[in-house]
Amino acid sequence: MSDMLPLSIQNNRRMEKWLRFQPDRTLRLAVGKVELGQGNVTALAQIAAEELDVDLNRISVLSGDTQDAPDEGQTTSSQSIEVSGRSVRLVTAEFRARVLDRLAQRLNCSPDEISVEDGEFRRGDTPTGHDYWSFASDEDFAREIEGNTAPKPPAAYRVVGQPVPRRDLPAKVTGAAFIHDIVRPDMLHARILRQPCRGATLVSLNEAAVRRAAGGDFRIVRVGNFVALVGGDETVVQRAAAAAPMHAIWDNVPRLTPEMQEAAWLVGQSSNDRVLYDEAATATTGTTVQASYSRPYVAHASMAPSCALAEVRNGYLSVWSHTQGVYPLRAALANVLGMSPDAITVRHAHGAGCYGHNGADDVALDAAVIAREIPDHCIRVQWRREEEFGFEPLGSAMHVTARAVLDDAGKPLDWTTEIWSATHVQRPSTGGNMLTHEALPTPPPDPRPTDPAEAAGGGGTRNGLPLYDFAKKRILHHLVLRPPTRTSALRGLGALTNVFALECFMDELAERAGIDPVDYRLSLLSDPRARRLIENVAERCGWASRGPAGSGRGVGLGWARYKNKAAYAAVAVELEVDQEVRVRRAWCASDAGLVINPDGARNQLEGGIVQAISMTLKEQMRLDVDGRTSVDWEHYPILKFSEVPEISTEIVHAPDLPTLGMGECTFGPTAAAIGNAVAHALGTRIRDMPLTRGRIAAALLA
Amino acid sequence: MIEMTVNDRAVSVGVAETTPLLDVLRNQLDLKGSRYGCGLEQCGSCMVLVDGEPVFACSREVGTVAGRHITTIEGLGGTHPLQLAFLEEQAGQCAYCLSGIIMSAKALLDRNPAPTRDDIVAALDKHLCRCGAHPRIIRAVAKAAEALRPGASVAASAVASVVASAGASA
Repeated sequence: MSDMLPLSIQNNRRMEKWLRFQPDRTLRLAVGKVELGQGNVTALAQIAAEELDVDLNRISVLSGDTQDAPDEGQTTSSQSIEVSGRSVRLVTAEFRARVLDRLAQRLNCSPDEISVEDGEFRRGDTPTGHDYWSFASDEDFAREIEGNTAPKPPAAYRVVGQPVPRRDLPAKVTGAAFIHDIVRPDMLHARILRQPCRGATLVSLNEAAVRRAAGGDFRIVRVGNFVALVGGDETVVQRAAAAAPMHAIWDNVPRLTPEMQEAAWLVGQSSNDRVLYDEAATATTGTTVQASYSRPYVAHASMAPSCALAEVRNGYLSVWSHTQGVYPLRAALANVLGMSPDAITVRHAHGAGCYGHNGADDVALDAAVIAREIPDHCIRVQWRREEEFGFEPLGSAMHVTARAVLDDAGKPLDWTTEIWSATHVQRPSTGGNMLTHEALPTPPPDPRPTDPAEAAGGGGTRNGLPLYDFAKKRILHHLVLRPPTRTSALRGLGALTNVFALECFMDELAERAGIDPVDYRLSLLSDPRARRLIENVAERCGWASRGPAGSGRGVGLGWARYKNKAAYAAVAVELEVDQEVRVRRAWCASDAGLVINPDGARNQLEGGIVQAISMTLKEQMRLDVDGRTSVDWEHYPILKFSEVPEISTEIVHAPDLPTLGMGECTFGPTAAAIGNAVAHALGTRIRDMPLTRGRIAAALLA
Repeated sequence: MIEMTVNDRAVSVGVAETTPLLDVLRNQLDLKGSRYGCGLEQCGSCMVLVDGEPVFACSREVGTVAGRHITTIEGLGGTHPLQLAFLEEQAGQCAYCLSGIIMSAKALLDRNPAPTRDDIVAALDKHLCRCGAHPRIIRAVAKAAEALRPGASVAASAVASVVASAGASA
């Protein structure tokens, strides 16, 4: 049985890791997944309330704590409900059964005769006088979790499936709520003078000039090429940090060239190459057509620059972080600092939305290194805006060529997606280095880029394999080894670019065959869940009357099943193209199996659409000889209120099917829908993101 | 000492006049609801009201607001119709941007009790939200306007259309 258990339970078999009934008649649920703004913690509480029949308001959730919460790895890849939710369901169902079995023995009745109402046990209509708090005993917690108790049937759900408000939002619209707001005894503020890049060495720092600019007392902590400015007055250290780069001279800073900022640069670079799926081509004499699509480097661009607190007391290191994974971060800190993980606690505290691997882990190491130099103080490190843009790992640029061999009817007999990309996951737990580790006296070796396995959804290859009924299909993957800038996980990984490429190319093939793009897709797609969503959005967007191409107004559509195994989404957009693209309306339909919190799910669908519009139309991290130059919001613009369309979402309910992670499912389909709608509006196609004013002009002149 | 009124309370702080107002609010007055996002007046996370007008606290020197009335999110008390409307609409994901947005929305509703969707968008366009909660935020502001207006039956239908056009809730 145990090999069938979700990983979260396999790694945390003790009941008390998950559940604690507290004297004030509350229940503490502990989970390893953390709230990043996606509402997962509220949904997990709903699942526990459902299986235990305890009022949701009695449940508090401890999430992300290496002392008290289970190790569930990283909060990534839309896995919180799929994996942690399944685990919480199994754990709470089993606990309830254990307690009720014992009570049934005591009462000499069948467990089926006992019901639970807000934690109180009743036999028929009669209270038993027992409840979880009085009756749950050490015995119920003693045995390992077996995970073989059948949870409630979905038809019996009363809490799951309801639009429950997020539990963390009230604090966030009233005052202090974030890691940035924590105040600890003996707290000192710190800012970093960042090593410009791996291998750079600090030749000199004009400390007197920095102190003049700061206008107050602070201390300079230097360990190797790591330099921190630390003091009691945040305003002073902020001024010192703003001035310091101008007064520092670095050696060994490699020069970049401007073409490195474009996806096309990746083609031909040194790479690890492989062929996936149908290796051999079909012997066919059909017509081969191909087109190439791209996205540049893009930033997570969290609203809050990263922040961490760390303190060393009696040799013990305590860290507060908005990391996606407290246990992996603890392991990484232990490794870099040469400490035992047992001497470190990492606790999650809320940050701004991260959408992947941003500066969260890096700033935690910054704080820990300083805390070891200045023990018995709490060190609060706040990255600056230009630091977050300048040093967070980026989503890799990608160049994707779609190639099809067509039959006489213009349908693909053989399909190849050829992908050039740097790595999409370079966390400290997966072979990446934390920034400051590279500045310390003994820096780690060069990272060896890898991508997630295909079974986990792949990285650059994510959603690169079309789900259409083609006889043969394959991916050629070129994992580029030395990109000009650090890359790691950003929402959707390769999915945004791959779905953009696949679904735009499908429109191009349909046009070539003289078939309506929706009809063309449906003629090649047997998955009924996908077909239903495409038909749904086509109906809602008025596809049948979308009119001829080239009018300046366009309607386009795209779909995907995220990771080819998680939630399905189809998106249609209506837009206008004048000098720029203005998306006016967006329609989305999604099938995510059993949905725990429909309003939270809808919020994720909407947010994914808005963020994808932003990336598709506006975003590119620029590089020049010295590195990144898009280090503020003026140079890295994102979608504004005045540019956000009306959005209509529809969840196609499938409550009897397993929950499918859906936080990233609208990302690729939205990009594809825009690409196709712009082609419809212009009568000519733009294949490189972002679809800017300059590219529109170039396409019209071509 | 610099004297001013913060959330209807007279305060005096002993800091240099050039200290950013945001640092004074957060570190001297322990009002953490105003947030650092960029320090460049580009994102709006730090927005507060000075004599009722939205001001970027990150770059405003505290010396320039001596003697004036500052309102932060804490000054709304927690049950202001805007705060309630944001919770009813679940108008946020990470919510880091929300305290600043709510302050700009308050300034809008104080001078324009019946804003159109375009009015709301114009008032919030200096604010960034990375999670993509914009449609919900626009709905929440429209809803708060409705709640704040005593028995305006004619305008209520206009508000309903703003709510509807801000995004489907079905």
